[in-house]
Amino acid sequence: MLRKLLLGLVTLLATLTLHAGQAVPAADDPVLEERVTELGHLLRCLVCQNQTIADSHAELAIDLKNEIRDMMVAGKSDQEIIDFMVARYGDFVLYKPQVKSSTWLLWFGPGVLLLLGVGALFYKLKRRATEVTAPELTEEQRRKAHELLSQRAGGEQK
Amino acid sequence: MMRFIWPLAIFLALVGFLAVGLNLNPREVPSPLIDKPAPAFSLPVLHAPDQTLTQNDLKGQVWLLNVWASWCVSCRQEHPLLVELAQANVVPIYGLNYKDERNAGMQWLSDHGDPYTASIMDADGRTGIEYGVYGVPETFVIDKQGVIRHKHIGPITREALEGKLLPMVRELNAS
Repeated sequence: MLRKLLLGLVTLLATLTLHAGQAVPAADDPVLEERVTELGHLLRCLVCQNQTIADSHAELAIDLKNEIRDMMVAGKSDQEIIDFMVARYGDFVLYKPQVKSSTWLLWFGPGVLLLLGVGALFYKLKRRATEVTAPELTEEQRRKAHELLSQRAGGEQK
Repeated sequence: MMRFIWPLAIFLALVGFLAVGLNLNPREVPSPLIDKPAPAFSLPVLHAPDQTLTQNDLKGQVWLLNVWASWCVSCRQEHPLLVELAQANVVPIYGLNYKDERNAGMQWLSDHGDPYTASIMDADGRTGIEYGVYGVPETFVIDKQGVIRHKHIGPITREALEGKLLPMVRELNAS
C-alpha cells in the first residue's frame, strides 16, 4: 500500500518537473527563437520583477516576447529592440542596469563602502598599536612606579 | 564617548536608508513617457466597433486614459471613484479596454456603471505596450496638446484623485 503510494508520488513529481521549464516558444524557427530568448534574458518582466521576460510566464512577458519576435522578423537589431522597450517601460526594464550618473551609487556604492571599511580598520589598528606600545601614565602613577621599583631594589640588597 | 559616535552614526544612516527603501513602492516604476506625446493608436470603440478612435480625435481637451479590463480585479476597487468622477463632469475619461473580450467588457460596464466617454478595444495589448502598461488599472493624464503629463499605476484612491489627478487636470485646463 505504502509502496504504491510512494510510487504514485514519485511519478507525480516527475510529471511536475517535466512541465516546468521555459515558456513554450510560438514560432518554429529555432534560430529566431534562440535570439528572442537571448534578448529576453536582458529584459525585466515588470509584472514579476525579479524575473526576466525569457523566464516568465506572465501574460505581459509573453506579449513582449511576441513583440520582440515580430520586431526581429521585421529586421530590427537587438539594440533597436532594447531602445524600444526602454522608451516605453524605462530603464527599469533592463535586467542589468546601465552605468550612468544616476546608477553610480548602485554600481560603485558597495566598493566605496568596502574601501571605507578597510580604511577605517587600518586606521583603528594603527592607532591601537601605538596605544599598546606607549601607555600613558599620569604623574602620580609614574611616581608610584618609581617608588615600588626602588623599594624592591633596596630589598634585594639585604 | 567618541568611540560610540561613529557606530551610532553609521547605524542611523542605515536605518535612514532602510526606512526610505521600505516606504518606496517597487511596483511603481516611473514612466519614461511623462512629458512625451501620447503614443498613437487607432482602435475600435467598444460600443460601436465599426468606429475607430485615434489619439488625434482627443486633442484640444484635457482627458484621462484609464486602462481597464473585465478580468481585472483591482479595477473594481477604483471603479466607483471613476463613476463618481464622470458624474461630476470634470474631465472626460476614455477607457482602454485592455486584452479583453468585447462582450465581457460590455457586460462589466453594464454591471458596474460606465464612466467612460468612450472605451476603445486593445484586444491584443499592442497599444498597452506602446503606453508601457504593465499593471492594470493604470491612468494617464493627457493635456490639450496630447502630451502625457502623469501616470497613476494601480487603482486610483481618493487621495490620489483629490491630491494629484484633479489638481493636475485643473492646472492643465487653465493653461
